[in-house]
Amino acid sequence: MCATPLLIMKNISKSFPGVKALEGVDFTLQSGEIHCLMGENGAGKSTLIKLLTGVYRISEGEMLLSGKPIHPRSPLDAQNMSISTVYQEVNLLPNQSVAENICIGRVPRKFGLLDRKSMIRKAKEILEWMNIDIDVTQPVSNYSLAIQQMVSIARALDIKSKILILDEPTSSLDTEEVEQLFKLMRKLKDEGMGIIFITHFLDQVYEISEKITVLRNGKLVGEYTTENLPRLKLISKMIGKEFTSEHVKKEFRNTDSNPVLINMEKGSVANKIEEYDIKIRKGEVYGLAGLLGSGRTELARSLFGLDRLTTGELWINDEPHKGIRPIEAIRNGMGFCPEDRKEEAIIPDLSISENLVLALQSRKGVFNKIKESEIKEIVNHYIDALSIKATGPEQKISTLSGGNQQKVILARWLAVNPSLLILDEPTRGIDIGAKSEVMQMIKVLSKKEISILFISSELEEVTAVSDRIAILKDRRIIGEQKGNSVTERNILNKIAEVPTL
Amino acid sequence: MNIKQSKEIWAFLALSLILLFNLIFTQGFFSIEIRDGRFYGSLIDILNRAAPIILTATGMTLVIATGGIDLSVGSLMAISGAIAAVMISNGDFPTIFLFVVPIILTALLGVWNGLLIGFRGIQPFIATLILMVSGRGIAQLLTGGQILIFEHQGFELLGRSYFLGFPVAVSVALLMALAINLFVRKTAIGLFIESIGGNSTASRYVGINDKMIKVSAYVVTAICAAIAGLIMTGNIRGADSSHIGLGMELDAILSVAIGGTVLEGGRFHIGGTILGALVIQSLTTTILTLGVPVEITQIMKALVVVLVSFLQSENVKEIFSQYFNPRKKALLTPIEKQIDDSTKEVLNV
Ligand SMILES: Nc1ncnc2c1ncn2[C@@H]1O[C@H](COP(=O)(O)OP(=O)(O)OP(=O)(O)O)[C@@H](O)[C@H]1O
Ligand SMILES: [Mg+2]
Repeated sequence: MCATPLLIMKNISKSFPGVKALEGVDFTLQSGEIHCLMGENGAGKSTLIKLLTGVYRISEGEMLLSGKPIHPRSPLDAQNMSISTVYQEVNLLPNQSVAENICIGRVPRKFGLLDRKSMIRKAKEILEWMNIDIDVTQPVSNYSLAIQQMVSIARALDIKSKILILDEPTSSLDTEEVEQLFKLMRKLKDEGMGIIFITHFLDQVYEISEKITVLRNGKLVGEYTTENLPRLKLISKMIGKEFTSEHVKKEFRNTDSNPVLINMEKGSVANKIEEYDIKIRKGEVYGLAGLLGSGRTELARSLFGLDRLTTGELWINDEPHKGIRPIEAIRNGMGFCPEDRKEEAIIPDLSISENLVLALQSRKGVFNKIKESEIKEIVNHYIDALSIKATGPEQKISTLSGGNQQKVILARWLAVNPSLLILDEPTRGIDIGAKSEVMQMIKVLSKKEISILFISSELEEVTAVSDRIAILKDRRIIGEQKGNSVTERNILNKIAEVPTL
Repeated sequence: MNIKQSKEIWAFLALSLILLFNLIFTQGFFSIEIRDGRFYGSLIDILNRAAPIILTATGMTLVIATGGIDLSVGSLMAISGAIAAVMISNGDFPTIFLFVVPIILTALLGVWNGLLIGFRGIQPFIATLILMVSGRGIAQLLTGGQILIFEHQGFELLGRSYFLGFPVAVSVALLMALAINLFVRKTAIGLFIESIGGNSTASRYVGINDKMIKVSAYVVTAICAAIAGLIMTGNIRGADSSHIGLGMELDAILSVAIGGTVLEGGRFHIGGTILGALVIQSLTTTILTLGVPVEITQIMKALVVVLVSFLQSENVKEIFSQYFNPRKKALLTPIEKQIDDSTKEVLNV
């Protein structure tokens, strides 16, 4: 049976100025196979993909598609060779409609003219099948990151492709969307497509894949059959040493008697979040749980002043703050680490160092420039503390791996030493090691009297760290839970029990 | 600083090339004479004429870095010159007023530009086009539609006099450019400008006041243009409203581009811009010395810009490698059909 493999990448190397991103890596993909590419942040996964899809040129090595050598020169070129890709960073055109984004490069034409009707119909059909019900004529930027992620998957979907590449497509999806995606992947696999899947979620790896290839520091560790590689082994292969699961043991803390830091009364933003009350206490980890589009991000944005309140009053330390804007929020001790790294957080052209001190500098004001020596100290501290993999503080942030960019953004907000840190999907795209470090960090911060508002689509994460949670559904808070009643089961029950409006 | 990464290198190379060309083909290009304690020569001439470009281009650098553009600089020059000329002809103002009043009034027009763009969210191209067109009209109205000629010893100091043998205008322009550079780099303004130009959404999330910063950039540019207008007006001892600063927006934008600041915004390089302004002026002077029709200058400028932007592009290597290794370009498969089929199949599940 096993004829020529669908794809062979042989002895692949790629260097960037100052780094060898890949060194002599082999990778083989068969038809009808779902193959996971695993490794820590910066291991070289995305680079391997970008070589295959013509974003970068290989420095050394060769690639064979169905036995024939290929030299893709651009993503479009690769697409024409039947390689479809969903890149790690959502790269949709934010101002174009969902339909246009899905049909980019293959806009249906009628007598040479754009056939808008059939374009809209096609986009609708694909999304419907993926179980997404949105208005395809709206610009993409009107939708949440998760929806955008689904849209970019819809765009790459093409049954005629031989290879489908998914670089962390699930990083901001809920269980349900992930299930949808997996269903789709299985179907495509049965049609004989080869699928390369990158993720930091081990559960997903074991649920969907047959094969695993592990990279570490740009080198190949090995190729394994998923069945024969137990979880802990896989992790050790990835990190290069024995992994002892230091499971963060949940401690129940009663924070009822802590003084209230943030108090929002009857806050609401038209079309975004219905009237809500929230009290966040000093040193408390406050989780927001809910499904996609339940209003978690919107609630956080309204606290931080990114969206103006339609109604409501915000009190910080018992002082009223009318019509707060981000800069006042920051001056009053808030920090907001947003979910969409590319659109809302990184300044791609600037260095790690400049990106990292940006919030601190903004808080200090234009005329109070942080001294070079101080910047150096801060930046080196965080590069070290969060083990950011980079050639140095002056490296452009856009050339960091996705997970390492995320760490820089986290550091940006840690550096302002906030009294309330809002973390919207802070673990998005970071590897297992770093994830548990972030969890650990949250605990440490909360012991230092720093309050945390924590949003994650991983219920497991939310319940692991939160002292108190609000459960959201349909853009309103439908319940609060604290102490040892903060459990996944309670959350899911609550969500199921309240009927959808 | 790493030479390879330095954005100024291309402007420097272009300048060297032009000078080299002149060294070989233009006789006496490099000769400098001293007469009456002043330096004379083509090089001095270039410096002198480059002064207004250096000034406006410095301001333009900041505006472009925020992701904007200012088309009105030429008209602002005309306005500030006209104001000064009108003041000289209609009254006996202290000399300092002849500088300060035009600068302040022109700065207000910069505020106007900034408000339209920063607060009203109007496209910079459109917003500044308004003043570009109407500004020259205003200047002509001020001077009554004629060239307003005057003599004023104090006022002419800026445009005509020499200090230590060098034209004062050059020193003023360079000092201004350096002062602005120092100011934006010693405060956090430079960082914030680059941040806004790089990703304005993300900048808002960290609390940077993008509106105020944009307004400031347009105001600084207006001030620079105003000084440039005063220099030129003083130099010819007259306000020629329909010609002063004509086409200056292009020269300024070209200088910025040659200097290594990307027109999409983000990172900026005032040092590069100064070199870029010198490139533009020496190119113009060279062409004039060669006796080539003036119209050719514009074409030459365009060519230089194309060349420099081309060399600066990070994709140059890739483009080259593609060009010299052409493969048959894979035709777009009739994807329409593909997606149709795929949708159908997918839907059949
Ligand atoms: N354009 C570039 N210039 C310089 N270095 C780069 C560039 N692209 C990637 N690198 C470096 O190559 C290494 C591998 O990056 P890559 O993006 O492939 O990692 P990854 O395995 O996808 O990590 P993650 O899980 O964080 O997405 C990193 O050290 C990164 O800094
Ligand atoms: Mg990656």
